Amino acid sequence: MKPVPASVVHSTAKTPTGIAGFDEITGGGLPRGRTTLLVGGPGSGKTILALQFLVHGAQVCKEPGIFVAFEESSTRIVANAESFGWNLAALQKKRLHFVDAQPKSDLVQAGDFDVGGLLAVLEAQTRATGAKRIVIDALDVVLALLPDEAAKRREIYRLHEWLLARELTGLITAKAGGNETLAMIDQPFGFMQFMVDCAVMLNHSVVLGVSQRSLRVQKYRGSGFDENESAFLIGNNGFEVAVAHTLSRVDVKVSDERVSSGVERLDTMLGGGYYRGASILITGFSGTAKTTLSGAFAEAACQRGERTMFVCFDTNSTEVIRNLRSVGIRLDRYVKNGCLRMISARAITGSAETYLVRIKALAKEHGARCVVIDPVSAWSKSGNDLSTQSVADRLIDWSKGAGTTLVCTSLLDEMSGQGEGGSQLQISALVDTWIHLNYLIQAGERNRGLSIVKSRGTTHSNQVRELILSDAGVTLADTYTAGGEVLMGTLRWQKERAERVATEATEAAAKLKHIRLDAEEAELEVRVKSLQTELVAKQAEKALLVRSTRSQEGELSRDRDQMKELRGADATIEAGKAALP
Amino acid sequence: MSRRVMFRFRLYVAGEAPNSTQAIANLGAICRAHLTGRYEIEVIDVFREPKRALAESIFMTPTLVVRTPPPVRRIVGTLSQTQTVLLALGLAEIAA
Repeated sequence: MKPVPASVVHSTAKTPTGIAGFDEITGGGLPRGRTTLLVGGPGSGKTILALQFLVHGAQVCKEPGIFVAFEESSTRIVANAESFGWNLAALQKKRLHFVDAQPKSDLVQAGDFDVGGLLAVLEAQTRATGAKRIVIDALDVVLALLPDEAAKRREIYRLHEWLLARELTGLITAKAGGNETLAMIDQPFGFMQFMVDCAVMLNHSVVLGVSQRSLRVQKYRGSGFDENESAFLIGNNGFEVAVAHTLSRVDVKVSDERVSSGVERLDTMLGGGYYRGASILITGFSGTAKTTLSGAFAEAACQRGERTMFVCFDTNSTEVIRNLRSVGIRLDRYVKNGCLRMISARAITGSAETYLVRIKALAKEHGARCVVIDPVSAWSKSGNDLSTQSVADRLIDWSKGAGTTLVCTSLLDEMSGQGEGGSQLQISALVDTWIHLNYLIQAGERNRGLSIVKSRGTTHSNQVRELILSDAGVTLADTYTAGGEVLMGTLRWQKERAERVATEATEAAAKLKHIRLDAEEAELEVRVKSLQTELVAKQAEKALLVRSTRSQEGELSRDRDQMKELRGADATIEAGKAALP
Repeated sequence: MSRRVMFRFRLYVAGEAPNSTQAIANLGAICRAHLTGRYEIEVIDVFREPKRALAESIFMTPTLVVRTPPPVRRIVGTLSQTQTVLLALGLAEIAA
């Protein structure tokens, strides 16, 4: 057993564990060719993490691995891990090898001993299988048999030296009673933390009756790592560590595409609808039609043929469908054709972390482009508020990363007053669009008002609109402002009607006047016509008069001439004088 | 216990490790003192024959496997605590 100088092993080389989130925290996995210590209390998931590390190596990295089981028998471990779908039976034939090393219960101890037998067995197994990864599960079981502290240290060193010499990526798990680091050092294997290159602690606690698991990388030589405690859970596929992208947040592609909110006038208010991939928050007290608004969005998404997921926390999904039907939102047909997936998730058990992971998994499975969570505030009920906020962060992070349009509703506490205060989750700062629903109590009525508190990157109306629910659907109505007060409901209706009546009266009056003027005009026209006729008659009369006068004169002069002719020439002058009047 | 019962021992050792050497010496001494003429000792070096160690699940060395008389027993350690060893071998009358 010749120790290899540490410099031989490339310090930055890492061995991926395949555990979602863990590889991100550690920047790639466990240190290659080095030893990692995994410490945790009973039931904290040490064995599962260790086993997953080997399974990933065997399945994905084609690296054979050895699992040394000091506590549980390999058959039990395999049986317990059956639910994760890792297909251990097939792997065991090729790249996953178990070594059952549980001390026999009838074992008699007489004097000092060492782990030479184990190393000899491992040496042979490593050669035979070409193993690159090795897990030593529950080393504390063996250490407990050793008589004194010095012997324990000696054996740990021996094991560690051997692992380093073989350049195996080792993972040693050990139990820890307390959760605190200080308590750890007091324990027999506490000093192992100083010896190994990487130390990971698992913590399992119960907060307000809700199980909360967390993981923390305590040290990692030669590598940066996320030092914070990260929540994790053991899901259907094994470990899943929740990682908040704090500094290394990846910029995702943004879309200029708009998607309808399902309410035409709301789209107009938002200048065309929500952005695709945006996160939308709808806040309001209970009964302000948050679910209805999010249901309208889901329906619109399904109408466009986009796969949608609707997660309801407060009510059963069937109830949601029935209730939404009453306002003309028909989701049942989309559930039937598979476009819409309804999920009822009662917020009684499970940590917020669990919900996030489940929602992520289900959304992925469904291929959802639009996700509705109603209400997201249900999360803060279960477990502590601290973790809930970071869950909300990650929820939005995730939806942005996946390009999913996310609509969350958040129930505001009745006691928190009418202020448009942020929700408990502090989610409002992160979302792109925040729609606030409110009650307005006025003249013995309670009406729903909708306003857009913020909408990043879109022009949006600053007006409060009235949200009207009817069996024909959801619509928004302009509110009336009278004397600086917003009118809604019946008051708005009365105002509208009064205006309508006034308009009608004005219209009628104008019409009447028009008719009267028409009549006067007609009368005048008639008069003009009769006068014209009279004029013509007079003119005719006058012409007749002129003509008759002329003919008379003609007659007279002809008579005179005749007379002159008869009387002789002299009489002409006299006659001329005599003829004058 | 009959004085004719044959004791068959298999002692797994880890090369020249001090506690293994001690175990060989201690076992020899116990046998010579209490089991004269009725013992067989097979010493197996786990580094030379790891497959046998694996087959018999020997992970701690030294380990003494008492094959006969039945039942099969295992005693781990240097065997320096003679009383414990004798009790484990079912030789209580000698131990007392």
